[in-house]
Order: sequence, then C-alpha cells, then structure tokens
Amino acid sequence: MAETPLSDFLRSYLTVGIFASLGFILVGLLVMIAWLIRPDRRQEQKYISYESGVDPVGDLWSQSQIRYYVFALLFVIFDVEVVFLFPWSTQLEAFGAFGLWHMFFFIFVLLLSLIYAWRKGVLRWA
Amino acid sequence: MIPAFAEPLLALELAYWQETLIKVLVGLAAALGLTGGVVYLYLFKFVSFMQSRLGPMEAGPYGSLQLLAEVGKWLQKEDVAPSRADRVVFGLAPAVVLTSTFLIFVVIPAGPNAVIADLATGIYYVLGVSSLSVIGILMAGWASANKYALIGGLRAAGQLIAYELPLVLAVVGVVITVGSLNLQDIVAAQANGEIFGFTGIGNPFIITQFIGFMIFLIAIQAELTQTPFDMPIAESELVAGYHVEYTGIRFLVYFISEFATAVAFAAVASTLFLGGWAVPESWGISRDAMHWVGPLVISAKAVFLVGVVFWVRFTFPRFREDQLQTLAWKGLIPLALANIALTAVFKVVF
Repeated sequence: MAETPLSDFLRSYLTVGIFASLGFILVGLLVMIAWLIRPDRRQEQKYISYESGVDPVGDLWSQSQIRYYVFALLFVIFDVEVVFLFPWSTQLEAFGAFGLWHMFFFIFVLLLSLIYAWRKGVLRWA
Repeated sequence: MIPAFAEPLLALELAYWQETLIKVLVGLAAALGLTGGVVYLYLFKFVSFMQSRLGPMEAGPYGSLQLLAEVGKWLQKEDVAPSRADRVVFGLAPAVVLTSTFLIFVVIPAGPNAVIADLATGIYYVLGVSSLSVIGILMAGWASANKYALIGGLRAAGQLIAYELPLVLAVVGVVITVGSLNLQDIVAAQANGEIFGFTGIGNPFIITQFIGFMIFLIAIQAELTQTPFDMPIAESELVAGYHVEYTGIRFLVYFISEFATAVAFAAVASTLFLGGWAVPESWGISRDAMHWVGPLVISAKAVFLVGVVFWVRFTFPRFREDQLQTLAWKGLIPLALANIALTAVFKVVF
C-alpha cells in the first residue's frame, strides 16, 4: 500500500465521503424504481397543500414565534462549549488539577449564562 | 476457531476500491438488515403483543415478510408533491436525513477489524453527523409549503438541538474516563477494565457512568422523536409533522432512516456504555474468534437497547412542548454538567 498517494488518514475520510453519497444514491435508486412502476394520474386537486381537507388559508410560509430562535442561540453557546470540552477531556490525565480548575471556571461561567437565561424567563415555553 | 474455508479470506490483500466496495455492501446489509429485523421484532410484533393483538400474520411465517410487502406497496404509490412546494429541496430532504443515518454506521466497530472507517475522532464524529438530520428535517418542513409541516419542522429542530446537548455532554464523561475519542479505544478500555481489582466483567461504563447512560438513553429517545417526545410528528395535532406532504417511497425513506438511526444510536450507546463488540478480556476468548463473535455481541446489545426505546415509546403518553424543553434545559443539561465535573474530579484524584 506504500505507493498510494493518499495517507490512511485521508483515505478513511474518503470512505466517509463515499458513505455520504450512498444515502443520495440509494434514495435516487428507490425513486427511480418507483418511477418505473407507479401510476401517474394527474389531477389538479391532488397538488393542493394538505390542510385537513379544507382549502389552505393564507400564506403557507408563515412566520413563527421567536422562542425557537432564542433556543437556537442558547444551543450555539453550549455547542461551542462542547467543542472546547472534548479536547480537554482526552488530555485530562496530563493536565491534572491545573486543567480541572480551569475547566471548572469555564463551565461555571457558561452555567451563569444558563442561569441568566433561566432568570430572564426565556426557558419558559409560553 | 476460524472455519478452514475462511482463512485464505483473512490473508487477502485488497485494493482500496475492492475493500470499499465490500465495506459498502456489508455495511448496507448490516444496517438495513438490522433495521428490518428491529422493525419486525418491535414495531410489528412486540407492540402488538403489548396491545393484546397478533400483529401481521399473513405475509410469510408469522408475518415475517410483512416488511418486504410494505416496501413493495410503497414503491407502487403515486408520487405527489404539492404544487407550491420548493421541488428541489423537497426532493433532497429525505436523502439528507438518510445520509446522516448512514454516516453514523461508518465508525461503529463490530469486531477487532470490522469497522468501515476507524477515525481517531470516533465519537465526536458520530455526534457531528447525527445532527445533520436536523437540516434534512428543516428542509422537509420548509419546502413542503404546508403549515403542519412547517410547525412540525420547527418543533423537530427545537427538540433535536435541545437534546443534542445532553447527548453530547453525557458522552464527555466516558471520554474523560478513557482519554480517547476513538471507539475502538473505548471498547478496549471496557474489555480490559477492572472494578476494584475484579476483572470478571471488565469495566462496562454503564456502572461508573450510570448517570451518563440514563441521560444518553433519554436523549436518544428525543433525538429519534419517539413517544414521549414525538411532538414534531404528533398525529393528533400536526397530522404527521414535517413529512405530511410526502407520499410513496420518499415517505418510506423517512421511516427507514428513523429506525436505522434507532439501531445506530443503540449501537453507539452499547459501544460507549455496554462494552461494544468485546467481551471481557478475562474470559479468554481469542482475538481470532472475536472476528465473528464481535458482530453478534454488538448486534445483540443494540437490538436490546432498541427494545428499551420501543418499550418506552409504547408505554408513555406524549409530553407537552414546554415540558420537553424544561426537561432538557433545566434538568438534563445541568445534570450532565455535574456528571462531567464529578467524573473529572474522580479521574484527577484517583
């Protein structure tokens, strides 16, 4: 295997890439088979958006509540925290107590943000 | 322990493309085979017996071919997309969700060498690709141009990101204990481990990381949008949520990926907390034998954990949306952070 230009590292990610395309290939294949054997009887009424059997009312791409947005923002804060947590957690043996105190401080500051959001009432879903 | 006919197979040197082709075929067969088995076992039979009925009995012995009949049925259905839908995004969404599922299977080890791509980032990669499905679901909800679908898609996104955090934080405890993200290292650490000098069962992290295991199970229940966390597809209020406008084979793809993801997450959970494909080192089973015992062990553990998910699914009623968010943000996330702190202290002190 020495003559191959790709390192094992990149090679394994190539495999990941191949599997990523597999989902699209499989769905494409299934849709193609279905296209060959399914009936196709066009009727105007079939293509109206479903709204429990009555004609759809108003704009279908409507605006939604802000609370989803607030939760998404909170999520980003903690997701970034996790990005820092993982490298730290693999090297904890080497860092010892020094790493422990620093990460505790980091987690504590982020917990304050959760407590702040909690006190502000954004965690209440209403 | 290896059958004689298989020995030349192990000695074969394969080119990359040959190896990948075999991996794709075996990986697909394992993923879809296990998913089909789980759907038959739990969704058709287990729930039927819980509800005092027989379930499918006509197709094949004890209805075992029901699933094939279902696929045949869905393939013949007309493909209807609403005229106001965004056609391209509408068509791509199921594939994105399915891709997210397949990508999880890539790193789950089923034996000493039986892993599709042995990434050093292992579990971190799993958590990354599993959240790709949120994009697919949002695409479906938005592109359908339907109010139910939009609400369902938003609910799903809100729920999936809220439970992504406990899921990820529960894993950190295991990573601290092992000191590696690679799933093979995590398996090895459990097989070689000891509990106060007792090596009889290794050290499955379900014992030392029990809080993490419970948080992980609750989080995968929510990530899979199974009852009691099924508000995104709540039949009685949103009809079917983000896939209300999907018909035929595209609709089926959502179901395939839902149950395949259940199998994938169960396999990840059993790798992290139940010892994965390995049996304790002290049992003295040779590494050669593990090449074929390993896949059976991990499959059995994964099928068992999927059973727990379905057991909960068919036992509990649906939560309200606010209860769901409260549980994640005020319950599971602080608990998971406390678990991390506790684990870190134990790791450094001992």
